[in-house]
Amino acid sequence: MSDTATPTATPDDKTRRDFLLLSTATVGAVGTALAVWPLVDSMNPAADTLALSTTEVDLEPIAEGQSITVVWQGKPVFVRHRTAAEIKAAEAVGLGDLVDPETDKDRVQKPKWLIMVGVCTHLGCIPLGQKANDPKGEFGGWFCPCHGSHYDTSGRIRKGPAPKNLPVPAYTYLTDTTIKIG
Amino acid sequence: MSSKFFENPIIKWVEYRLPIFSFIDHSVGSGYPTPKNLNYWWNFGSLAGVVLAIMVATGIVLAMSYTAHVDYAFESVERIMRDVNYGWLLRYIHMNGGSMFFILVYIHMFRGMYFGSYKEPRELLWIIGVLILLAMMATAFMGYVLPWGQMSFWGATVITNLFSAIPLVGDAIVTWLWGGFSVDNPTLNRFFSLHYLMPFVIFALVFVHLWALHVHKSNNPVGVDIKGPQDTIPFHPYYTIKDAFGLGVFMLFFMFFVFFAPNFFGEPDNYIKANSLVTPPHIVPEWYFLPFYAILRAVPDIWFISAKLGGVIAMFASILVLMLLPWLDRSKVRSARFRPVYRQLFWVFVLDCFILGWVGANSPDAVFHGIPFLWIGQTGTAYYFAHILIIIPLISILEKPKTPPESISAAVTQAAE
Ligand code: HEM
Ligand code: FES
Repeated sequence: MSDTATPTATPDDKTRRDFLLLSTATVGAVGTALAVWPLVDSMNPAADTLALSTTEVDLEPIAEGQSITVVWQGKPVFVRHRTAAEIKAAEAVGLGDLVDPETDKDRVQKPKWLIMVGVCTHLGCIPLGQKANDPKGEFGGWFCPCHGSHYDTSGRIRKGPAPKNLPVPAYTYLTDTTIKIG
Repeated sequence: MSSKFFENPIIKWVEYRLPIFSFIDHSVGSGYPTPKNLNYWWNFGSLAGVVLAIMVATGIVLAMSYTAHVDYAFESVERIMRDVNYGWLLRYIHMNGGSMFFILVYIHMFRGMYFGSYKEPRELLWIIGVLILLAMMATAFMGYVLPWGQMSFWGATVITNLFSAIPLVGDAIVTWLWGGFSVDNPTLNRFFSLHYLMPFVIFALVFVHLWALHVHKSNNPVGVDIKGPQDTIPFHPYYTIKDAFGLGVFMLFFMFFVFFAPNFFGEPDNYIKANSLVTPPHIVPEWYFLPFYAILRAVPDIWFISAKLGGVIAMFASILVLMLLPWLDRSKVRSARFRPVYRQLFWVFVLDCFILGWVGANSPDAVFHGIPFLWIGQTGTAYYFAHILIIIPLISILEKPKTPPESISAAVTQAAE
């Protein structure tokens, strides 16, 4: 056997080859996976898209009982100046009656101002209820016409296929009457 | 191709280095033996191939005048319609071609289900077919977004939001798909890139589909194997001419829509430019997605699975489950002609698909003569899955099939007597 190019395989030798083969293949696979990551990650939001991520709103001109819609990150944000009746209705609801339990207090910084992303948590339509003559659903808040989700005066889901409350974005009061969303 | 052709010195020179002519001859020429009893249901595959070529040809020229940017996409399509020479024609061919493609492929698939073409040894051929359907759906969905009308935008929003149903990583996936925080310019750009790419992926899949086809050759209306040369005729000229005749008839149908009813399959809302702040009152997908849209909305909350996640699972499952057909159907007899029970239930299934399509076109809270559409959709969805997962396996065991003819030629001569 000494005249063959490959020396006689001993059991030890075999494990060494297996080890080399396996480690080479592993390094190759991990390397390929790492090289693919930039391609995948390039599809995530770019720096300039992220940079557009705050919006300022002046609350002064919004009368009681009125709502406005502002754009933040390409999405509509509902800003509602709630009436005392609406606040009372929202606060009176027991957590047991809610699909996605959250108290009204946890959803507002000042009870008068309800600020939330106006995108239905079902499949992303924009619920109606911002205009005075819009349908507002069975709970007096918002109604999504796409598949029939009803939201209450705190923007919480009460009926229909949507699984969650309308999300409250991060926002801060810059002054008493201006907020910065994002 | 005649042997005279193969004696031509230039042909010979090429053949020796690259046997492309004999490859063509063995694929679609006189060197490809084909069952001699194929009927017109066997035209639809080649028709789909022609439409794929038409889509690529018109798509490539449309892309030369199209601008993939949220500020210009809608206007660039309007410019194609009004100012680009023959732009209206190219766009109407491409737009209606998408619908034609699905009509042809759905008939092609029902043909396969009726005549048992998915059975051994054509399982992979069938599975590749289902993959082609999925690729077509992705292509058509992204193509529909490109004109950036209201339905483009809201269709894209609703469908991409489906992925948010995936537990834990759903929202991250949706942001990744969008390249932002809503359907916007990055989304439109990537959809254009992928819409351009996918047809070539479909081409590759079609190639593999045909490769598998040519190994065991076409199935046929009686569903018995080719036993010898007496059962076949050469593809060329017999089926080239039959396919060409079928193409002529199909083109009359296709061009009727292009010239006389170009917006028949479309939604008027898509001639309104996309507005991310106003959802149209009634969002519907293109007609070819309606049955699946009905399935998506039919599923209620089940135990810990939300209606949203359940609907998404059911919708994808309704297509993927087709891949299991070769194993769910235990009957050794391929053709429904010899399966009296299956044959009737096949038509019930076709009807069920139409009913689901009709439900998908209506709002779920709508009511039909006192029956809520939601119920019709739920019954139709349950029946769809029951047909494939329960009825097909059961009747394939319980049914007593008639005896198919000895061979294809026996069937043909019997019929002649
Ligand atoms: C599998 C084949 C294909 C299918 C099923 C398909 C489907 C579609 C659909 C449904 C539309 C929307 C039409 C409308 O509402 O206006 C569309 C648009 C478009 N497609 Fe395709 N397509 C295919 C191949 C291609 C190819 C190969 C290209 C080449 C780049 C292409 C380029 C375009 C362009 C530029 C548009 C936007 C212009 C327009 O709206 O008419 N398509 N496609
Ligand atoms: S998107 Fe609002 S109910 Fe479906």
